[in-house]
Amino acid sequence: MPDILSRPFRFGSNSGQPITRRDGIAKVTGTAIFAADNMPDRLLHAVIVPAGIARGRVTHLDAEAAEAHPGVTHVITPQNRPPLQGDPSAKTMMFSFRIEVLQDDAVRYAGQPIAMVLGETLEAATEGAHLLSPRYDVEPARVRLDDSPSFAFDPAGFGLPADVEHGDVDAGHRAARWVVDATYETAAQYHNAMETHAIVAEWDGDRLTLDMPSQALAISCAAYAFYFGIPAGNVTLRSPYLGGGFGSKAFATGPQVLAILAARMTGRPVKLMLTRQQMFGPVGHRGATRQRLRLGADDRAALTVIDHEGLAETSSFDDFVEPAAGASQGLYAARALRSTHRAVRLDIGTPGPMRAPGEASGSAALECAMDEMAEQIGIDPLEFRLRNYAETEPGTGRPYSSKALRECYMQAAERFGWAGRPLKPGQMRDDNGLLVGWGMGTALFPCPMFAAEARATLRPDGTALVETSAADMGQGAWTALAQIAADSLGLPLEKLEFRSGHSGLPDAGVAGGSGHTATAGGALHAAGSDVIRQLGEIAAADPASPLYGSGNAGFVARDGRLYVADDDSRSEAFAEIIGRAGGAAITGNGTASRPPEDAERHAMSSHGAVFAEVKVDPDLYQMRVTRMVGAFAAGRIINPRLAESQLMGGMIWGISFALHEEARHDPRTGRIVNADFAGYHVPVNADVRGLEVITVHEDDPYVNALGIKGVGEIGITGAVGAIANAIWHATGKRIRRFPIRIEDLSTA
Amino acid sequence: MNRFDFIQPITIEDAIAAWRPGAAWLGGGTNLVDLMKTGALQPELVIDITHLPGLGTIETLPDGSTRIGALANNSDLAHDPGISRRFPMLAEAILSGASGQLRNAATVGGNLMQRTRCAYFQDPNAACNRRVPGLGCDAREGENANLAILGWSASCIATNPSDFCVSLAALDAVVEVQGPAGRREIAFTDFHHLPGDTPERENALKPGELILALRLPAEAAQFATNSRYLKLRDRTSFAFAIASAAAALRLESGRIAEARLALGAVAAKPWRVTEAETLLTGHIPDPALFERAADAALAGAAPSGGNAWKIDLARRTAARALVMAAAGTPARMPALPASPFGELTGEPTHA
Amino acid sequence: MSISITLTLNGAARDIALDDTRVTLLDLLRERLALPGTKKGCDRGQCGACTVLVNGRRLNSCLTLAVTLDGAEITTIEGLAEGDELHPVQSAFIENDGFQCGYCTPGQIMSAVGLIAEGHAGEDLERIREGMSGNLCRCAAYHGITLAVREATRRMAEDKKGQAA
Repeated sequence: MPDILSRPFRFGSNSGQPITRRDGIAKVTGTAIFAADNMPDRLLHAVIVPAGIARGRVTHLDAEAAEAHPGVTHVITPQNRPPLQGDPSAKTMMFSFRIEVLQDDAVRYAGQPIAMVLGETLEAATEGAHLLSPRYDVEPARVRLDDSPSFAFDPAGFGLPADVEHGDVDAGHRAARWVVDATYETAAQYHNAMETHAIVAEWDGDRLTLDMPSQALAISCAAYAFYFGIPAGNVTLRSPYLGGGFGSKAFATGPQVLAILAARMTGRPVKLMLTRQQMFGPVGHRGATRQRLRLGADDRAALTVIDHEGLAETSSFDDFVEPAAGASQGLYAARALRSTHRAVRLDIGTPGPMRAPGEASGSAALECAMDEMAEQIGIDPLEFRLRNYAETEPGTGRPYSSKALRECYMQAAERFGWAGRPLKPGQMRDDNGLLVGWGMGTALFPCPMFAAEARATLRPDGTALVETSAADMGQGAWTALAQIAADSLGLPLEKLEFRSGHSGLPDAGVAGGSGHTATAGGALHAAGSDVIRQLGEIAAADPASPLYGSGNAGFVARDGRLYVADDDSRSEAFAEIIGRAGGAAITGNGTASRPPEDAERHAMSSHGAVFAEVKVDPDLYQMRVTRMVGAFAAGRIINPRLAESQLMGGMIWGISFALHEEARHDPRTGRIVNADFAGYHVPVNADVRGLEVITVHEDDPYVNALGIKGVGEIGITGAVGAIANAIWHATGKRIRRFPIRIEDLSTA
Repeated sequence: MNRFDFIQPITIEDAIAAWRPGAAWLGGGTNLVDLMKTGALQPELVIDITHLPGLGTIETLPDGSTRIGALANNSDLAHDPGISRRFPMLAEAILSGASGQLRNAATVGGNLMQRTRCAYFQDPNAACNRRVPGLGCDAREGENANLAILGWSASCIATNPSDFCVSLAALDAVVEVQGPAGRREIAFTDFHHLPGDTPERENALKPGELILALRLPAEAAQFATNSRYLKLRDRTSFAFAIASAAAALRLESGRIAEARLALGAVAAKPWRVTEAETLLTGHIPDPALFERAADAALAGAAPSGGNAWKIDLARRTAARALVMAAAGTPARMPALPASPFGELTGEPTHA
Repeated sequence: MSISITLTLNGAARDIALDDTRVTLLDLLRERLALPGTKKGCDRGQCGACTVLVNGRRLNSCLTLAVTLDGAEITTIEGLAEGDELHPVQSAFIENDGFQCGYCTPGQIMSAVGLIAEGHAGEDLERIREGMSGNLCRCAAYHGITLAVREATRRMAEDKKGQAA
């Protein structure tokens, strides 16, 4: 590793510490304020009316009945909806979706807003919405992958993934001694953050204040400003805490635009909180996929080809195609690789990115196919993966910026006790006669960086203020970013004030793609370093300072003091330096982004290995994941406690993907029949047992200045396949649809 | 939720006098308030019965039977020392349902009155003969993978979601009710109705009748040492059954002197199968015998949609519940009541 | 129709006039009494985010009509700590990292307080998991939640023993 990167300022005393969450007390005492907790005076409550059919036209809404209900103040329908200044079908930015905001009476998916009711109380508005009793002209709904023809599309960045091919795919197929040709299906999944999409909107002239959870504050402000024809600077967005996001709170949504519109129309603050049922439709989801995997391997169990075809649903009016097949590009050293994507237009809300988009669905299929190949060849699934270990990026041959995947395999396998696993399925039982199965999968997620800005101010008393508009949706930004900032300034955490979650602060970019800590942290680090640089210049030029004249040697900040590099005998407290210089605070600015040439030179990914044990009742087929060990190499870990929780959370999302989540549509109306937490299962506490996370040490000098790769999403990848493979190992049944249910094992 | 009048009577007589068509009794509210929110139920008058005197008591009567007041909540009942000792299967069934919070609110009477989880019943925009007679049944051509395989009709294929009621059906409980015409008793197995042509008539209650109590006969306690409730779920906890079974055996000198078997999640009512019970009586417990009994229990089953797979699963569930009952009631309630993983041994090194 | 009820809310008596019978305890707390610490996650008893203690027992406040609660004693997350001193469950959640986003946390904590008072789970991890299964956590911080509940159970038992001695 280049020496320049191991200077002490990079390894301050805060980063790397498993400190507890700085927002912990607020969150355990109920004083952490989420969007819907706000209650300005003269507040009106808004309630959305969702379409009960997936395709057709609204022919009647009983606005009279709703308006007559005591406490109802307004009924907003396509007939009286005030105009928007920006076209809701425009895609003005890279990350925008066409939104449904009562532009017409057409119904394009079940759950689409078809009216909004405002009331003095939540109870009144809720019943008003019910009283609208919509009637429809119903057209047959297209809600399953076979309901419409598939089509190819031109890749155009976000939402329209490119097809990729490396090597001679046909030759790869021909050279195969062993062949797997299997098709896997993944279900439509809905983010369902515990906090539903909520907003409190208030206008003051042409200035707009929003209390709203957002994973991308600046982008949200720009989007809402566009729709309402005001400068982005006129929008103030406060998002100190998000009650979960998972990708669904990074974009402007129709319901939230309608609430802002209602606030402008009425001149009163408006609060809208989607019901749980309303989360199934207008705020994105992980699109269902059907994936065909064709794998070839030669006599030595070396992959000759991975040929991955993805088919995914998108809506009838916008494009987001789950980039599932892309997951096969970066993992194994196959001689030829091909990933293709096709889409199907259905009468559903537009899908969008949901935690580990592409990789979660794609690696689920790929890791199962790898297991099927290992079975066919008759070798251990881990051994099979090691034989196809990619020392450089498959296809491109680019070196990895770092890759400790081999260590992940070894450490996780050791901890799990993988050695001695019988190759054949159905060989293991526990004391109670339950079938036991072990499976594994490789985890992979890219580590993108976005652009961010931050500001640091060293105050005359030696404390500091650091500011950036980061989003804490549970990953721990309030804590991890503060740790990075404190180190960049050489201060203990208690001398640091960290302001975040407000659009008036420097733009911290998007909390997504597992890149927030690296990106916002990078900007904070640069801002702090800028302060220290300025402080050093002042001290080096001040004859009264013990640091006078040592500018060429460089300085190191530590514990509120500035030291001459490599000379601990010469130092001075920050406050003294500033005091003699006139007592003015020193402000530093920082930005972070990844230079394109860096992104070109190396392949950059986090890696991991997940091993799962499941138990299955041999007659009744109920399943339970009883143990899971994941080892992940994700660069530098800023806070092991928080990172472990992120990785475990991801692995539990893997359980959820493998065994639980599935939106089911009524075949005729297209309505989702299980649009609630009783019907749409996510794991409960009792589903989670015996989880372990190992973070494998990795120094990455190229990925970014801090060496951070990100841990938010990789936990899901690998885990899904590991569980499905363990179920096969327990039962001998290959279930190629997710989620795997009792019904599937019963009928297999 | 529609607007409604609300009263809180303090005598049973006042409560019954206050009832009128369009009124609903409110106990714990866990089902009624939920369905009022979806709009599936829209009562004009809500009569809060939780302040009625004497309905929360669990007592043993002089004849040895046990009387459980309709307002006893599910948690108190499941953890009542007498109940868990004499009727452990009841406690296991209750504890396998819902969540700790819901069981703290839900009452015994309310459990009997629980409505189906059929998505088309719950959604006021869907056609449902049970909710609005004559409207049709959207479930027939809809998502019906988990609906009835026994006792369904062309007009309704819903299932009863209760766990508790399955064990009550097996134990020959009696329901005490009072209405405008006075008090009467209803055998538990007659309480819930099969849909036939009148799925809206879900139970034997007449208009204005209120459940006062349940009674378990003294003989039901004779099954205490060999009775289990088993419930299959797509999630380890906090999920409705895909199939369930309550099995109870009275063993004498190594033979089955008396057997009880009821199935859950298969029909609009808890499905007591006396044919299977007769088949078991007098025999030495044995897995092959239990298989035959389970076959008999499902003999009349037929898919009502895409749920043929459930028939064999329900059969296996019944057979396993009998095996578990024969093995004996565990000394302590399993950590995961009624679960195939209830007895999972050994804690992994980490939580 | 206006109905008056009296509650003991976090230790203080409150007289409340309800002009609407439909108001749930959850919406009463959040929208009318400025106590938004209790969270709405599903509004239908399916997630546990709204869990509060009513007369010492954990309940889903979303399914409880406020008009039924005359005379009830209610404890919400805002009333759990004694001044600056956190309840043992609260501090155990911080120390064991029993949350991420924090949205389900008030419900998890109130549920844990209720579970510990019920006394059926003890320090048995499997029983704690089952007992806490009425509280969904989409971030899936279940590992930390389970450990936090066990630690709080242990600490509260020790405190009780200490007081008795």
